[in-house]
Amino acid sequence: MSDVVETPVLHVSRDQLIETVAGLRDEGYVSALDVTAVDYMEHPGRTDLPPEVEPERFELVVTLISHTTPGRIRLRVQVPADDPTVPTLFDLFPGTEALEREVADMYGIVFEGHPDPTRILMPPDWEGHPLRKDFAVGRIPVQFKATR
Amino acid sequence: MSAPETTVETATDEAVRRREDSAVLRIGEDDGERLEAESNASDTSMIMNMGPQHPSTHGVLRLMLEMEGETVMRSKPVIGYLHTGMEKTAETLTYLQGPTNVTRMDYAAPLFSELAFSMATEALLGLELPPRATWIRMLMCELNRISSHLLFQATNGMDIGAVSMMLYGWREREEALRLLETITGLRMNHNYIRPGGVAADLPDGWRDEVLTLIDALPARLKEFDTLLTGQPIYRERLQGVGVINTAECLALGVTGPILRSTGYAWDLRRDMPYLAYDEVDFDVVVGTYGDCFDRYDIRLNEIRESIRILAQILDQMPSGDYRVQDKKVTPPPRARIDESMEALIHHFKIFTEGFKVPAGEVYAAVESPRGELGCYMVSDGSAVPYRMHIRGPSFVNLQTLPHLMRGGMVADAVAIISSVDPIMGEVDR
Repeated sequence: MSDVVETPVLHVSRDQLIETVAGLRDEGYVSALDVTAVDYMEHPGRTDLPPEVEPERFELVVTLISHTTPGRIRLRVQVPADDPTVPTLFDLFPGTEALEREVADMYGIVFEGHPDPTRILMPPDWEGHPLRKDFAVGRIPVQFKATR
Repeated sequence: MSAPETTVETATDEAVRRREDSAVLRIGEDDGERLEAESNASDTSMIMNMGPQHPSTHGVLRLMLEMEGETVMRSKPVIGYLHTGMEKTAETLTYLQGPTNVTRMDYAAPLFSELAFSMATEALLGLELPPRATWIRMLMCELNRISSHLLFQATNGMDIGAVSMMLYGWREREEALRLLETITGLRMNHNYIRPGGVAADLPDGWRDEVLTLIDALPARLKEFDTLLTGQPIYRERLQGVGVINTAECLALGVTGPILRSTGYAWDLRRDMPYLAYDEVDFDVVVGTYGDCFDRYDIRLNEIRESIRILAQILDQMPSGDYRVQDKKVTPPPRARIDESMEALIHHFKIFTEGFKVPAGEVYAAVESPRGELGCYMVSDGSAVPYRMHIRGPSFVNLQTLPHLMRGGMVADAVAIISSVDPIMGEVDR
C-alpha cells in the first residue's frame, strides 16, 4: 500500500456525537485535528456506508488524533438537509471553534451551542453557502458591498 | 447515580468558565465601531483594529484587539480577506490539475500541500511509488522546509526590528529557492509533486548544487546566531513573551513548532512516518518554555536537522523511475509521442479528461513547516475529486493568537503574530 495509513472510521449519529468524542478523548485521543463536511447531494449512490447508517445530504467529518499510540480516528456524522444542526465540540476541544465556523460558513450547518456562530471566511452579509453542491462556481453577481 | 452527575456538573462549570473567561473576543467583525460608540466614558477599554493592511501581519490578517491602555485584553483574529474558494475550485479540477491549485495555499511551503494532495490521491488509487520518487519528494520537502524556515527568520527579525536580519534571511532563502527553481522550473508554486510521482527527474548536477547549499548554510546559520540568538535586545523582546503550554496546545489542535516549543515532542516525520523518513536519522527539536524565543529557536534548529536529512538523502538516493509506470496515471514519455499515435492520444486523454479514481474517502497528512497539513479527499469514481479539503496548520494555529497575546503589550502582539508564522494563503484558502 501507499504511505497513507488507513484511518479507522466510526459512524455516529448526531445525538451520540458528544458522548463518543468525550469517550475517545478519555481513551487518549488528545487533539481534534479537523472538522469538515461533505455535501453528498450529487453523489447519492455512495457505497461506503454500512447498511445501518441512513445516508443524508450532509456529512460532518471529524478527525481526532492519539499520540500515545500514534493514530487517527475519523467520525462521520450524517446531517439531514432539512435540519442541518449538530452539537458543537467546542466544550471538548476548543480548537474546533474556527473549524466549525468554517463548516457553518461553507455548508450552512448550524453548530448548537457554538460560542461565536459568525461567518469566518465569507463576508458577514454573504448569502448562501459556497461549498454546497447547488452553489454554482463563478456565480454572479459577486456579492460585495462595494459593488452595490 | 450520583457520581456521573458530579462529573457532568464539573464539566459544565469548566465549559462555562472557558466561554466566559476566554481570551477570545467574540463579537462580529463589523461590530467594533458600534460597540465603541455605545460604550460610556467610564469604560477604559477600547477596541482597536490592527490590519488587514499591516506590515507585521504577513499578509491580510486583521486583529480586533480589546485594549486597556497599551495592554491587550481579549482579541479576535478576523480572516477571509484572501479567501478565493480553492476548495470549491478543487471540485472542478482533475487529479492532475489539483496540485496547481493546492500549491497556491501555503505559498511559503508549496511542496507540502502538493505532497498531501498527491498522497491522498495515491491512497485512493492504491498506487505504490518507486523508491526514487519517494526520495526525490523527501529531498524537495526538506529543501522547502529550509526555505520556509529561512523566510521565517527573515520576517521574524524584521518584525522585531532587526532589519538587517531580513536581508540575511532572504539571501539564504533565495539560494534555496534557486535550487528549487533548478529542479522544478519555478521558484514557487512548483506543481512538481504530482499524483504518481514527481513531474521530472532531478537535473544533471543536482547533487553538487544541493551539496553547495548544505555546505554553505551552517556557516550562515552561525551568523544568524550572532545576529539574533545571542543578542540581548532580541532575546529581551522574545523571552517569556507569548507563553503557551502543552495542554492548551493540544486542546486548541495546535501542531508543529508551536506544540514542540512547549517541550512536547510530536513530529509526524518521526511519530507517524511517511515517505522514507523512517530510514533517515534526525532529531525532533523541542523547546522548554513555549515562548516566542523557543519558537524561533526551534525553527532555526530545524533547518540544521533538515541539512542533516539532506546529507543522508544525498548518500541514499536510489536510482530508477521518478514516477510510477502505471499507464493509467502516467503520461507516456515525450519521445514516444513523436513516433506513436496511441501515445499521443494517451497523453492527450490524461491531460484533458484526467484519470478516474476509485470511489472512497481518505485523509493523508504530512508535517509541513507549520504543523500537520492534512488533505481529506472524497472521490465518487470520476476524474475530479468530489470533495477536497485541506486542513491547513496555519488556520488552526491562528486560534492561539488571543491566548498568546492576552495581558501583553501591543508591541508584543507583533512578535507573537510573527512567531506563530501564519501563511494567510493557507488560512483563507
